[in-house]
Amino acid sequence: MLIEVARRAVEGALAAGASDAEAFASEEVGREVRAHGGGVESLTAATQRGIGLRAWIGSRAGYAYGIDLSEAGVVELSSRAAEAARIADDDEFAGPPAPGEGLPADLELSDPSLRAWETERVAALALAIERAAIEADARIAGVEQAVYADSAERIAIASSAGIAGEYERTSCYGYVQALAEGEGGRETGLGFDLGRGPAVLDPAGIGREGAERALEMIGARKPESGNCPVVLDPTVAASFVALVGRALGADAVQRGRSPFAGLIGHEVAAEALVVHDDGLDPAGSASSPFDGEGVARRRTPVIEGGRLQTHLHNAYTARRGGTASTGNAGSVGYRSQPSVAASNLVVAPGALGFEELLEKAGAGVLVTDVAGLHSGVNPVTGAFSVGASGRAIRAGEAAEPLREFTIASDLVSMLKAVRAAGNAPRWVPFGGSVSTPPLLIGEMTVGGS
Amino acid sequence: MSDLIEPEVAERVLRRALAAGGEFAEVFAERSAGLTMAIDESRIESVQSGAAGGAGVRVLSGGTTYFAHVDGLDPADLERAAGEAAAALSAESTEPHPLKAVVSSPHPIERRPAEIPAERKAALLRELDERGRSAGAEIAQLMASYAEVRREVAVANSDGLFAGDDRTRVRIGVQAVARRGDSVETGAETLGGHRGFELFDDDPGEIAASAARKALTLLDAGPAPAGSMPVVVGGGFGGVLFHEMTGHGLEADHVQKGASVYADKLGEQVAQPLLTAYDDGRMPSEWGSDAIDDEGAPTQKTMVIEEGRLASFLYDRLTAGRDGVPSTGNGRRESFRHLPVPRMTNTYIAPGEIDPEAMIAEVRSGFYAASFAGGQVDPATGDFVFGVSEGYLIEGGRVTRPCRGATLIGNCLEALAAIDAVGDDFAMKTGVCGKAGQKVPVGTGQGHVRIQAMTVGGTEL
Repeated sequence: MLIEVARRAVEGALAAGASDAEAFASEEVGREVRAHGGGVESLTAATQRGIGLRAWIGSRAGYAYGIDLSEAGVVELSSRAAEAARIADDDEFAGPPAPGEGLPADLELSDPSLRAWETERVAALALAIERAAIEADARIAGVEQAVYADSAERIAIASSAGIAGEYERTSCYGYVQALAEGEGGRETGLGFDLGRGPAVLDPAGIGREGAERALEMIGARKPESGNCPVVLDPTVAASFVALVGRALGADAVQRGRSPFAGLIGHEVAAEALVVHDDGLDPAGSASSPFDGEGVARRRTPVIEGGRLQTHLHNAYTARRGGTASTGNAGSVGYRSQPSVAASNLVVAPGALGFEELLEKAGAGVLVTDVAGLHSGVNPVTGAFSVGASGRAIRAGEAAEPLREFTIASDLVSMLKAVRAAGNAPRWVPFGGSVSTPPLLIGEMTVGGS
Repeated sequence: MSDLIEPEVAERVLRRALAAGGEFAEVFAERSAGLTMAIDESRIESVQSGAAGGAGVRVLSGGTTYFAHVDGLDPADLERAAGEAAAALSAESTEPHPLKAVVSSPHPIERRPAEIPAERKAALLRELDERGRSAGAEIAQLMASYAEVRREVAVANSDGLFAGDDRTRVRIGVQAVARRGDSVETGAETLGGHRGFELFDDDPGEIAASAARKALTLLDAGPAPAGSMPVVVGGGFGGVLFHEMTGHGLEADHVQKGASVYADKLGEQVAQPLLTAYDDGRMPSEWGSDAIDDEGAPTQKTMVIEEGRLASFLYDRLTAGRDGVPSTGNGRRESFRHLPVPRMTNTYIAPGEIDPEAMIAEVRSGFYAASFAGGQVDPATGDFVFGVSEGYLIEGGRVTRPCRGATLIGNCLEALAAIDAVGDDFAMKTGVCGKAGQKVPVGTGQGHVRIQAMTVGGTEL
């Protein structure tokens, strides 16, 4: 049992001189199929296991990870974790969460189709994605890659404070990067879908989406520079919402490095924008019974009525801020210690269909892709200028394709300028797990020619 | 190669991998150990010690790569991986060639980081903290990080190759936050190498002073201009421009899939004759250097642009085989959990002949991108974008006021052809490059470079 391994590691750390300890153990089986040119380009089978151990000596915290789950391995890991704690400076807020801050939910996060589908069958799914993209239109010159990947993981957490829990989770995704040719140029388009098991994926839909996104960019030109209404499609809206989620982490806030510091109860968005952090949504890929340090996940209103309701907390930031954890200790695996991270960010759908959103925009730009988010955003101020592509909006309809332009604003100004949310949300896994409809922003700076 | 994998074990694993057929098999084994820590609010925190080890086995058969990886380096773990890689095959077994050890010379490490007391590393972070904070009263915060990692790798394949490498890298980074009223700006700097603790002998605190200076400078910044104009790019990390704009499009996997704008341009003039560029995985102690690549091929210096002419693509074993050329030693992977793909090592534009000041003096109205936060490209369309971390206006041939929040955007082929001056200065910087979900250390370098016209995406229209 994985939880036994975690318990042994906690005992090991205490024996090595720690006053408190917490272990995160995981096992994962995964596979990936890459299709190209009508054949399977690569087939990967992955097994991973490991353990991460946090040790506290008084108010000093250290972390160590390893892959040796044997008795000797755990002893060695324990001494490394304790050693790491001895190097750290005192921090009065350091320590594991107390158990019982809400009961872990009983969530069904495993899809039996994942194990039932043999490798041949998921390979056929990847091939079907590629085929659908190529057959969508004669101008599709090929695909860069069509990919199916899945994983089944088991996670256990135990701590000296009495936390103990274990769960299983499956997930999978498929995507394609299609290449379209026309007017002397090449365009790429991404199609994707995700779920808990391959049975829910729609390979034909993924392939068609990639093809359509590539095709609609043929002949794209630079727009003129100016300030105008901007519609963000769900993939782009999700990228920005994920950035907002990062800026809402209380660690950034408490250290004065967030544009949302000091704004709880204040107006940070238009009323049209309602955002929850929902760690329990069965459809969200980040859902789990408890977070990366064993605190129960929950559904937390973040932006409602245009006002900021809360920042996101783990045990450390909650203690430091004199509040309770919101179950937002992020866990990206045993190779890094839990930090603060949004779980699933869910933007509430509005009333308007996509066409109605464009109509409401009147004239402006529809953004269907952004690039350079990791380099074009100042996380402290929220100011951003990123590369974008998409289409012009003329007389309330999507018109000619546009490329090589920038959109610039800052996160809070952008949220305040949201005029409407569309009625059809979508799960997007870029930079975080986000469900959002398209969003109409009243005004942004578009930099082109 | 140390004791990572015994030759007899490697041969047994390769035989197992080819038991159900296949033209080629390879085992890549790795053991890594690292330590990272940070200072924030003048407090040492996030101390993390990591140890990992495992192996990836791949079998090539009929155009398909079968790959499996496992955690652990016991012979039983390796054989399990071989069995899983071969599981989907069902042909006659193939016999691997007997292994012949290739001697490689890992980059020399004078002082192994693991042998330096942890307190010394904490003291280095405190030094960075003090140096950065003493740069000015407006420095409100300073974060610095230290990272060391040692990766021992061994590669054995069915052609009989048996090679190894022992790689140690250290890197420090500083981010300073300056505050004046409601104005908040950040500045960052890094120092890293394929080296031991001797990298910090000179004056590591200088990067903290530099990061702080950038943040303070930006407090006086105005909005960045928007529109098309001449752009001068600074040396060092300015090389990320060439990395994104050209380097990725030269990686042979993109080229062979028709997903590179350089696909049909080999031998053609793609830049002005003043531009010559290299990818060099052998540069002594550089961040992106290794003795061998992750397929066991020796790293090498490859001229990719010769006086403006496209001279070579960058190959790993698989793509080289398809083009009937030798690998250029660019088959790299993040770890044993990943398949090797063609990747850059240290990529740079060779120094030119013009003094940077003279280059700027020729610009009447333009933009000076002294440093970047990073960049991104779609090699298939050639569209790229860069976030400028330190930018200034050029007015009347002189660098004038700083600008905040600028982005450079453009298309590879046009921008490369528009480089009309290469400076006689030169510097290399460290970066972490992401591709196909894998991150690898890369070096980027150049002197000052001028682009005749490029789109700057700011907020001032």
